[in-house]
Order: sequence, then C-alpha cells, then structure tokens
Amino acid sequence: MNFAAIRVIYRAEMQRAINTLFQTLASPVISTSLYFIVFGSAIGSRIQTVDGVPYGLFIVPGLTMLTILTQSVSNASFGIYFPKFNGTIYEILSAPLSFFEALIGYVGAAATKSLVIGIVILLTASLFVDLRIEHPIWMLTFLVLTCVSFSLFGFIIGLWADSFEKLQIIPILVITPLVFLGGSFYSINMLPPIWQTISLFNPVVYLVSGFRWSFFEVSDVNVWTSLTMILVFLAICLVIVSWIFKTGYKLKE
Amino acid sequence: MDSIISIQALSKVYDNGFAALNHIDLDIKRGEILALLGPNGAGKTTLISTIAGIVSPSSGKILVDGHDNVSSYRAARQQIGLVPQELTLGAFETVFNTVSFTRGLFGLKPDPDYINQILKDLSLYDKRHNQLRMLSGGMKRRVLIAKALSHAPKILFLDEPTAGVDVELRKDMWRIVNRLRESGVTIILTTHYIEEAEEIADRVAVIRRGEILLIEEKDQLMQKLGKKQLIVEFKQPLATLPDSLEGYDISLSENREVLTYTFDATADATGITKLLLRLNEAGMSLKDVRTTQSSLEDIFVDLVHNEHNTPEEAA
Repeated sequence: MNFAAIRVIYRAEMQRAINTLFQTLASPVISTSLYFIVFGSAIGSRIQTVDGVPYGLFIVPGLTMLTILTQSVSNASFGIYFPKFNGTIYEILSAPLSFFEALIGYVGAAATKSLVIGIVILLTASLFVDLRIEHPIWMLTFLVLTCVSFSLFGFIIGLWADSFEKLQIIPILVITPLVFLGGSFYSINMLPPIWQTISLFNPVVYLVSGFRWSFFEVSDVNVWTSLTMILVFLAICLVIVSWIFKTGYKLKE
Repeated sequence: MDSIISIQALSKVYDNGFAALNHIDLDIKRGEILALLGPNGAGKTTLISTIAGIVSPSSGKILVDGHDNVSSYRAARQQIGLVPQELTLGAFETVFNTVSFTRGLFGLKPDPDYINQILKDLSLYDKRHNQLRMLSGGMKRRVLIAKALSHAPKILFLDEPTAGVDVELRKDMWRIVNRLRESGVTIILTTHYIEEAEEIADRVAVIRRGEILLIEEKDQLMQKLGKKQLIVEFKQPLATLPDSLEGYDISLSENREVLTYTFDATADATGITKLLLRLNEAGMSLKDVRTTQSSLEDIFVDLVHNEHNTPEEAA
C-alpha cells in the first residue's frame, strides 16, 4: 500500500476545504437555519407532532441527510473531476499508485468533509430544538455509511462527467428530488397508499428512516432494512468503482 | 547495451481507430539523453505517456529498469519523472506544497530540505510560498520540472520542454539537464525543434506516424546523412561556368558571385581539390572559401517529407 500517496491526496483535498472553510461551513449552517425558521417554526407551529415527535425535532434527521447527501456527491465528484478538467490527473495516473489508493484518498476526504458538515448541522439544530439521540452508535453508523456511500457515488459521477453541466445534473435531477420525496420533512405514512408504495423504491427513504430511528425510535421502515439498503447501495457503488478500476474507464486511454 | 527502458513491439490504437504507435521497438540506454524528434501528431507524447503509464498500450511490452510497466507498475513508475507538455497545474496550492504532493504520490516521506534544494536549483526558492496561479508561464514550467524531480527519478521525460519558453529559461533548462545527466539520470525529451536535439541529445530517434524511422548517435547521424557544402565567393561575377566544371553538383547565386558545391564529406574523393584547381585554371580570383555542414534540420526534413524513405535507406 502506498500510504504516503493516500495521505497526500487526502490532505490536499482537505486543504481545499480548509482554504474555503467559511463557504464550506457557512452554507450548510445558513440553509439549516433557514429550514428551521420556515419548516420548523412557521409551518411546524401548525403541525403538532409526527409519530409523537414535535415537528421541529422530527425534521432534524431529514435535514441532516439532505445536506450530507448533497455535499458528499458534490465534494467527491468535484474532487476527481477537477484534476481531469485541469489536466493534473496525469500525476495520479503516472504515480506508483493503485486506483484503489487514489479512491481512498479522494473518497475518504469527501466523506470526512460531509461528516464534519453533518455534525455541524446537528449542532446548529440543537440551538433551535431540544435534540435527543436515543441510539448514538446507530446514528453515527448511518451518518458515516451515508457519507461514504454517497461520496463514492459522487466519485463515480466525477469520473463519468466530462463537463461541468454533467457534474451538476445528477445532484439537481436525482439527489434533490430523491431527498425531498424521501420523507425528509414528513413521514411517508402521511402519503396516500399508492405513494407510500412508490416511495419504497426510493433509497433515501431507508436512509432517512433509519437515521431518524436512531434519534427518536420512530421509523417508516425497520431499522435493519434501512441498514441493509444502505449496505446494498454501498456495495453497488463498490462494484461500479471496481469495474472502472479494471477498465480505466474515462481515465486512461 | 545496458538499456534502462526496453520497448518491444509496442502499438497503441485509440478507440477511434487511430494508430498512434505502430509496432515500436526501442531501447534507451542508461544515462543517455535521447531526443524523440518528429512533427506534431507523430506519436511522441503517446509514446512517453505509454511508458509513464498514462496511456494503456494496445499490445507490446515495456520494461523500465527491468520492471514490466503493467505487471510491476509500481516499481516501473517509481523510476520515472514526467514533465508534461501542457502547463497542467492547480491554481491555489503553493509551489512548495505542490512539489511535496508529488513526492508523496511516489510513496516517499516528506523531505523539506530536498524539496527546497530542488526549488533553489530551479530558481523557484523565493517563490515557494506563492500560489501557482500567480506564476508566469516560465515559472510554471519550472514547477513542473521540480515536481518531476521531487522523487529523485532515474529517468526524466521532458515533453516539449521548451515550447513557449524564453531564452533564459531554455539555457537554465539545458544546464539542469546536463547536471542531471552527469548524476546518471537518463533523459528523454520530445521536440520538434531540431536545434534542441542537435544541441543536447546523445542520440536522436526520428518518429513519424507512430513509427521510429531511425535511431542513431547524433554525431554519426549528422556525419552519415550530413552533406557538406563548399561555398566559394568570387571577386567578380562569374560570366559563364567553365566547361571543365560540368558534372559537378554546383549551383550559382543570382548575382553570379557565389558558387555552392555540394559533396559527400565521407567519400574518399570529395572533388574539392579538382574543383578549386579548375576555378584557378579558369582564372577566377577568389574572395572567400568556406564549408558548411547540413544541420539536423535538413536531415529531418529530408526524412520526414520523403514518403519513400525507409529507415534502411535513410541510415
């Protein structure tokens, strides 16, 4: 293993976030606060509780998921797309470095950033509501697995994209709708039966549900089902990445 | 021959069907400076990119210091430093950090003293904390060289190193190249500037359409292919060419004051003595006599533009 290489890639990627620390942290903090004002206070005051949880509190896990999914995908996709765009990828390709090692560096850094942002959002949320976490270990497990899987997913998008438009289209067209329709701001039990069934095809439902369970012990689907689904998603991403690794897809000619 | 790079039957066909490299066999000697000379699109960059591992070969085999560059890619790539043709650098890193980054990619521990020494050698030391985007093109080129040297490679590839580079940097670059060669580094540079190959290379490989047309010691190449010219200037214009000069490969300038005789310098009889004797017999008084040797450029143009030239004929 070329640990030195993993370290420098990881550090260079983290450095990029540290250089822009204000933007990195300010945007999730501000948007979380806005969601709390709009959904938590304004609308939430008309909704008493969902599954016995005050609405302001109920949306915390979903809001956190919304942000870390988006951030994981955009951080990781940008992290690998940019060297392709400006040509510095030649260094990675000509170094005595396996694809897997590069992957750990890039995806590890993207996942770390998302994890930090997730924690910052939870801290911000605790300023607005009385946050309690029933199962901290489960909470962390879901948080870390989500950060890693979606960073991996973002990495794949970054490899696939050959323009900035493509880089942005997946987050806009896929991630945002999935998260909004994934029960971030409501329980899917509140939907008409047909939409409940349709929602079960949305992987984000399982993430949000499991994550929410770790806070309040209320969930739309069983927590083990949630865990299984995220592991399946992680496995799919790993399979795609190892296929890319074998073929050198879009990296090597 | 002690080869540091051995290329056997290397071909590269791109997905669009373009054959960039066509069955290349090439041995690069340890410690030499080899110039890969060829026009744009000849396959120079593809060749070095394939050796460095950026492009996957379609077929064939590359050994770098005895290591197969596919099956033992780590050991093979560890030997190589690559300076790309384009100024491909990030924008916001500092000079020092980007050079250290490359060293890390090669699995080496940070060594600030070593990095600083490289930066000093390349006159980058006082810019070490500058962001890359603040640097001029020439400075960026130096940074790319520093990055390529950050892991002390045995082999250095310079892809079009002097494209868009001013005279000063060019001199600096040759100074660095010479020093590296003295320390035992093998240097492969691609260029379409003949003077560059002529100035610095030990051997020259001429590449065209993915094929190596010839590879030869530079001096021998110039001697073998080099025609010499005898240039004679007269005090008065020459009215008519004396009959006695018939059969000589002679051309006369428009003002009829300069005569150029082209001959083969390696031949037993060059014909110079007789030519001068006959000019004397014809009563011509001479103002100046000099000889010139054709440059690598002439040789190159000859080779590349002569469709029917095969390597054997050319050599």
